[in-house]
Amino acid sequence: MPYLDGNVLAGAASDLFAFDLTTTEAQCASCYDIAPLGRSLVFGPPMGFVARCRSCDSVLIVVVERPEGHAFDARGLRWMRIGNDAHAAGEKIRP
Amino acid sequence: MAVFGGRRRSDDPALPPGQHLTESFPVLSAGPTPVINTHDWEFFIHTEDRQTHRWNWTEFLELPAEDVSTDIHCVTSWSKLGTSWRGVSLDTLFAQVTTQLDYVMAHSFGGYTTNLPLTDILGGRAWIAYEYDGAPLDPEHGGPARLLVPHLYFWKSAKWVRGLVMQHDDKPGFWEENGYHLHGDPWREERYGAWREDPYG
Amino acid sequence: MIPASFGWRSGTLSGARRLTPSARSLTFRVPGWPGNEAGQHVDVRLTAPDGYRAVRSYSMASVGDGDEVELAVARLPDGEVSPFLVDELELGDRVELRGPLGGFFVWRSGQAQCTQLIAGGSGVVPLVAMVRAHAAADDRAPMQLLYSLRTPADAFYADELGGFTATVPTTWHYTRTPPPGGDRPAGRLTEHDLREQTLPVENEPLIYVCGPTGFVEAVSHQLVSLGHAAASVRTERFGGV
Repeated sequence: MPYLDGNVLAGAASDLFAFDLTTTEAQCASCYDIAPLGRSLVFGPPMGFVARCRSCDSVLIVVVERPEGHAFDARGLRWMRIGNDAHAAGEKIRP
Repeated sequence: MAVFGGRRRSDDPALPPGQHLTESFPVLSAGPTPVINTHDWEFFIHTEDRQTHRWNWTEFLELPAEDVSTDIHCVTSWSKLGTSWRGVSLDTLFAQVTTQLDYVMAHSFGGYTTNLPLTDILGGRAWIAYEYDGAPLDPEHGGPARLLVPHLYFWKSAKWVRGLVMQHDDKPGFWEENGYHLHGDPWREERYGAWREDPYG
Repeated sequence: MIPASFGWRSGTLSGARRLTPSARSLTFRVPGWPGNEAGQHVDVRLTAPDGYRAVRSYSMASVGDGDEVELAVARLPDGEVSPFLVDELELGDRVELRGPLGGFFVWRSGQAQCTQLIAGGSGVVPLVAMVRAHAAADDRAPMQLLYSLRTPADAFYADELGGFTATVPTTWHYTRTPPPGGDRPAGRLTEHDLREQTLPVENEPLIYVCGPTGFVEAVSHQLVSLGHAAASVRTERFGGV
């Protein structure tokens, strides 16, 4: 089954976070691999985004967009590191 | 000025609300397609008294099978009418099974899960299907065998099914944990669960 | 202060030109656009009179500051949105855009000693933005493009890429019909083609691959087989095969 890159998370994530999820480093709770979420393998559209670890295939995060908002499950991550330079979805924040 | 129309949505009474007709057969998966050798394939039903009923591929193909022509409805809004399958009815598989419980969790190779009430898979409403359109079921559509429960949204028809586990409560499977409806009746548009409800009840 | 990426902006079609019989370049004027980097994409949202909405992602060919965003859209046979954008949308019409999105598939001047771009079909669009950014920065580090496409008639931005030959050479790889007088036969990219037509492993290039999923999958595996580090290969899959 063809999958997409973690880049596709950027759109849904821009509704949720003020930082760019795709450049954010995260650790897989299953195999402890550390990588930017842009490297994950994304299955599931258009039911949702199921981002899987590039190293072990375990589910890292699940995002489901629905009329009321978003359901976000991150139990597959141990942590994320968000740098001070992580602009809102890659753009400069303007006052 | 150009006006966007989008796809024609259903005024067709054959379609549940909010669905549109497709001639193709879109593929949607929560994970990679598992590689399953029929030598290693097994289907199980596991009950609360720790009984496990099992069928290997050879035994499975010896069971009486049915041809099924049915409409299928995906929660992502496409519907496909008159699809043809061949499979073993869950009534046949449950004929020797004793259980007091009302719910099942379907488990698939690759880890996918989905929950169903027992009543929704008995009474001629569900099959383990191994042929589509007269040919062996393609891996990307769930082959060698998938659960087929066409009266519910198609995410309930678990691809690459490997067994059913009886459960006391209607505990959620993969998509249900992430906000999709526990039941999934397309005629009532049961797409999503209640927004703030705990899917674990 | 609200981060400007939250929410949708209105964009007006200010320019359109045909790239091929089935694709158009579309330029939208988007007041308040914060600018974007090379490789980023936008989500485009269309709303029908009855309120029905459809959202699709498109990579931007444009890069830098200013309030114009250029996309290139190919008509997909069973598409819901692309036929509308390619065949019906008129100058002055409005759409909604969200972005810029995606900081991972981005090329910035100065981050690599050399860059290899590999495009499959319409996957060339974000790579054109990278070529433009390389030129705008007057970047002297080597960059080259390998563009795999069916026939010469399917090429996006052929003239513009030809104009960059001195600084960013393009190798054209045709999978269906070679051009008259062409010195290579038709066929899919092989590992041999990649070895011959891309920057060598010893140069440690940063590599960007964009196109349909099957193309990106095959090329990525071949690059790793050649000895490129997986971490040096950035990919953008379009879905489809």
